[in-house]
Amino acid sequence: MSGTVALPPTRRIAWQRRRRALGSAWSQYRRSRPGMIGLAVLALFVLVALAAPLLADEAGLSAVNSTGNEAWASPGDFGPLGTDGLGRSIWTQLVWGARVSLLVGLAATIVATVIGMAVGITAGFYGGAVGAVLMRLTEWFLVIPFLPLAIVLAAVLGPSIQNIIIVIGITSWPSMARLLRAQVLTLKERLYVDRSRALGASQTHLMIRHILPNVSGLILANTTLTVPVAILSETVLAFLGFGDPSRASWGKMLEEAFQRGAITEQAWWWYGPPGVAIVLVVLAFTLCGRALEEILDPRLRERSS
Amino acid sequence: MSPRIVVTKLLGSLATLAFVVVFNFFLFRIVSGDPVATLFRGRNLSDSQRDELTREFGLDGSQLEQFWAYLKQTAGLNFGRSYITNQPVIEEIAAKAPATIALVGISAVLSAVFGILIGIAAGWRRNSKTDYAATTSTMTLYSMPDFWLGMLLLSFFAVTLGWFPVGGIQDPNGADSGFGKLLDQGQHLVLPALTLTLAYLGEYALVMRSSLIDTMREDFLILARAKGLRDGLVRNRHAVPNALLPVVTLIAINFGFVLSGAIAVETIFSWPGLGLASYEALRGPDLPMLQGLFLVFSAAVILFNLIADLLYVALDPRVRTA
Repeated sequence: MSGTVALPPTRRIAWQRRRRALGSAWSQYRRSRPGMIGLAVLALFVLVALAAPLLADEAGLSAVNSTGNEAWASPGDFGPLGTDGLGRSIWTQLVWGARVSLLVGLAATIVATVIGMAVGITAGFYGGAVGAVLMRLTEWFLVIPFLPLAIVLAAVLGPSIQNIIIVIGITSWPSMARLLRAQVLTLKERLYVDRSRALGASQTHLMIRHILPNVSGLILANTTLTVPVAILSETVLAFLGFGDPSRASWGKMLEEAFQRGAITEQAWWWYGPPGVAIVLVVLAFTLCGRALEEILDPRLRERSS
Repeated sequence: MSPRIVVTKLLGSLATLAFVVVFNFFLFRIVSGDPVATLFRGRNLSDSQRDELTREFGLDGSQLEQFWAYLKQTAGLNFGRSYITNQPVIEEIAAKAPATIALVGISAVLSAVFGILIGIAAGWRRNSKTDYAATTSTMTLYSMPDFWLGMLLLSFFAVTLGWFPVGGIQDPNGADSGFGKLLDQGQHLVLPALTLTLAYLGEYALVMRSSLIDTMREDFLILARAKGLRDGLVRNRHAVPNALLPVVTLIAINFGFVLSGAIAVETIFSWPGLGLASYEALRGPDLPMLQGLFLVFSAAVILFNLIADLLYVALDPRVRTA
């Protein structure tokens, strides 16, 4: 029994440490009241989106199946939220629209996050000429006004959900890239990275084992704050006529309400609910994102302590 | 401010502008495969018309020749003719710009002023009832699609109460000139301007609040208080001027963005500016018009970014000496 001491595998130590960090982050998060309110509202909307088939019949989305309903019926005459100018139930559209709006918001954010991560981490980690070129590109994309670019792209690509996701994704990544680059630049000068490099770690190892785990919190917080922007973008694009013609989204409901004169008809139950839903979801994501940011963003952590 | 910084920033902006011009070329002519078909989508063209247009745009040569032709056209501000009105795009834009600049200018100033005032009130008494009310309401405003806010205001103030006209820039039967016309246009301006003001005020208030909270930790504020200055004096002379810095640059940058940001709001109120023109070009689709508008909007953002950069250098001595 001499010479060798049984050490727990390093990987297990790392995981234990990570689980502890996650646990403490969660207990910190739970103390943030706005964060918990946001999370509850989000859970509600995700539940509604998932349970859409149970809450309303999808067939009700099409005007052909709604000819029996009275058009422009107020909530009092046709429950629970009345009908639109074609006799379709507002409630059915709202419930199914939640799917499209959340899906587009999340998918576009993933596209933006992947591009932002690739550009930001590469620029920060490798630096040099590659980094300079990437950052110049980022600056360029930051100044191109979002809406005109999205409109032009959508006009060239044509209206569909997939194209909306692409358009929002490739217009929303620059801020993420800039943030990550700054963070990676400071991380790679840390002592433990130097140590690992001195021990002969490859670039890939450094990236995966040391850099990525340390920016994951930042990425999570920033992603949560990108979703509401993406949802608002979907809304305005759908309003301008880029919604998928065959699928209801909240933005599309607003477009149809506006086009069919719901404002002069005083049909508040048509253009009211989708707007309220958008505000609630956007607000909820923002609250969650800010709560996460305060816990996970090192710059803000210093500030709040 | 040293001339070297100005020249560097100016060159940077020109490089960005060059990027946008090149990007625009790729967007419209390369991505879409057949440029003539894309540019003239939705219109019936005879073969001879098609050939003529192809030549006119310099689209019959190689891609390099096309690029050169495009650069020459863009340098001469020739974006082609709008399909809808058949007028040169640049003239259309020039004719519609004043309405947008008036609307956006007024709302940008109002939102900045009120946003900053709300931000100061909230940040100075942090965690007070005022702060709570101000932060909640500005966050809610910030989360609203601006055009939906416009729809709500339109339906309440114009349709239900009838206080304001429902859209357009002037009454067709109203006064044609002089004070009466101005008053009429002013009345049409109220609702869209109110919408944009409320929509943009949230961001300023939130940024001003957090900037003020950051500034309140600085040593010079402790000194100011230690000198025995009254609270109002500490706030107005020491805290606010320093906290304003990030807001001032944000305002300058936003000035560039609001020009294009009013697309949906102008549509709601039928305000005949560049935003409504974008919407109509989009519905057309009127691609030469879209292309021209895209360049103009981008140029506006680049210009105001430059102004923001220079303002920052001029206002912050720490950047000036660096």
